[in-house]
Amino acid sequence: MSTVVLLTVTGLGLAALYFLVASGLSLIFGLMGVLNFAHGAFLTIGAYGTWWAAENIPGAGATGWGFVYAVAFGVAVGTLVAAVVELTLIRPLYERHIEQVLVTVGLSLALVALVRAVWGADPRPFPRPELARGTTSLLGANVPNDRFLLIATAIVVLVAVLAFLRFTRFGLVIRAGVENRTMVTALGIDVRRAFTLVFAIGGAFAALAGALGGIYLGSISPGQGTSLLIFAFIVVVIGGMSSITGTAVAAVLVGLVQQFANYYAASGVGDLSVVLLLAVVLLTRPGGLTARLA
Amino acid sequence: MSERPPLLRLADVHVRLSGSHILQGVDLTVRRGGVTALLGRNGAGKTTTVKSVLGLVPSSGTIEFTGGDGRTHRLQGRRTHEVVRLGIGYAPEDREVFGGLTVAENLTLAERRDSAHHHDRVYDLFPELEQRSRQLAGTLSGGQQQMVAIARLLLNDNQLLLVDEPTKGLAPLLVAEVADVLARAAEEVTILLVEQNLTVVRRMATDAVVVDQGRVVWAGSAPELLADPDRTRELLGVAPSGGAHTGSERASSPTTEQHVRSRRSSAGEAGA
Repeated sequence: MSTVVLLTVTGLGLAALYFLVASGLSLIFGLMGVLNFAHGAFLTIGAYGTWWAAENIPGAGATGWGFVYAVAFGVAVGTLVAAVVELTLIRPLYERHIEQVLVTVGLSLALVALVRAVWGADPRPFPRPELARGTTSLLGANVPNDRFLLIATAIVVLVAVLAFLRFTRFGLVIRAGVENRTMVTALGIDVRRAFTLVFAIGGAFAALAGALGGIYLGSISPGQGTSLLIFAFIVVVIGGMSSITGTAVAAVLVGLVQQFANYYAASGVGDLSVVLLLAVVLLTRPGGLTARLA
Repeated sequence: MSERPPLLRLADVHVRLSGSHILQGVDLTVRRGGVTALLGRNGAGKTTTVKSVLGLVPSSGTIEFTGGDGRTHRLQGRRTHEVVRLGIGYAPEDREVFGGLTVAENLTLAERRDSAHHHDRVYDLFPELEQRSRQLAGTLSGGQQQMVAIARLLLNDNQLLLVDEPTKGLAPLLVAEVADVLARAAEEVTILLVEQNLTVVRRMATDAVVVDQGRVVWAGSAPELLADPDRTRELLGVAPSGGAHTGSERASSPTTEQHVRSRRSSAGEAGA
């Protein structure tokens, strides 16, 4: 029983990371039709930004509010980089999807190489605030607290995104733009502003995932974002490409399947099972879980 | 006519889309006030003409809009939302309401910053939309969706409405209702109307422009055109009937369709 509880909570924690990365990917793809392969680099930037801030910025640190400031710094850098990438590289290639994909692939390689050049290829120990270090007893299992931190953050982000999409004018523009970009512009709306915003939001969430991933794994390395990105893409596809709720459900599914398969079968089978899950979903529901809503 | 330039002027407008030459030098003017009907067989280039005004398709030549302030704006090189903000409303051929948004959200989205928003006027014209304001637009009937599309036009203060086949696929009663609403709107705003239903054209059009194979082949007074059965048949492939509200008087006979189809297949896929 305690093993199942531990696996479930850990799987949900992993799902939280996937969701943070995949929600941005899904918003960007839904609104702009851009497959953003640079998204993993935003995660890496967020992780290294947080780590760097904790070591170098006065007031920031590895514990308490200092760590919150450090994460805020990492998220701010990730957001900024994402917005600049959209304005300078994606916007000039508007509606040229192949070129956009090539640019984001190139960017992901370049940014990761840059981080590696500055801070080296070896993993760096990541600060773990005391709150995340302890364990909590849940139904007989000692669950590390960082899992709960991940899950809580993802739930807050999910609720915030849904509220933003539902109750703000930008959210309305984004929902309409996902359906029909051209008609949004024909109503006199500059949809490109929504593009930049969505990219920035996606960058912020990815950077947040970078910081939380650092806590979860205890260390950061330049390639971390890219390896997480593959699973995030699978989550987006299973979730139906442009639905936030679908993405959340798919993230939970993928996180749990991966954890349980890794434990009960063999380490590594988890990744295989995720790909298998993707195949099953695509064969039975080619448009993803939320296809009928679209 | 006064010395003022026309509201909208197209001169030698060409549109090439994926290899086919869809508009081949369109010249037309829309004068201030009244309804100008843009007529022609299927595939003649009516919708493409409207889209070129909005910048939804790339075009060469001259497209100029002279607003109420007397300033003339060249529309090419502007992005679609900038053209619309000059006071040009657009109701596309297939309505294109946002099915995943509620009726109220569709209208809120259409509120433009450059204009006052006349929700009262819209709900006065279409009381049904007020009752259904919380319903998803995707669950509305075709006629109700057309009401949403027209409501989006009338919500803001516009100087020109581009309305593309508003009665397409509607039952005769709804055709009459849509025509009523547009006729009322036309008392306040100039309309460029793409319409196949000659009964509707007869009802409201003051001017008519006929396009064929990407060129304007006739322009002048709409009543004059429709009063001449021979010319109407020659230009549109259909004779105008007495003007009863039958809704069956459409400018596309089977032979025309065949003609268009063969021309289209030779021109490749060309969403004209």
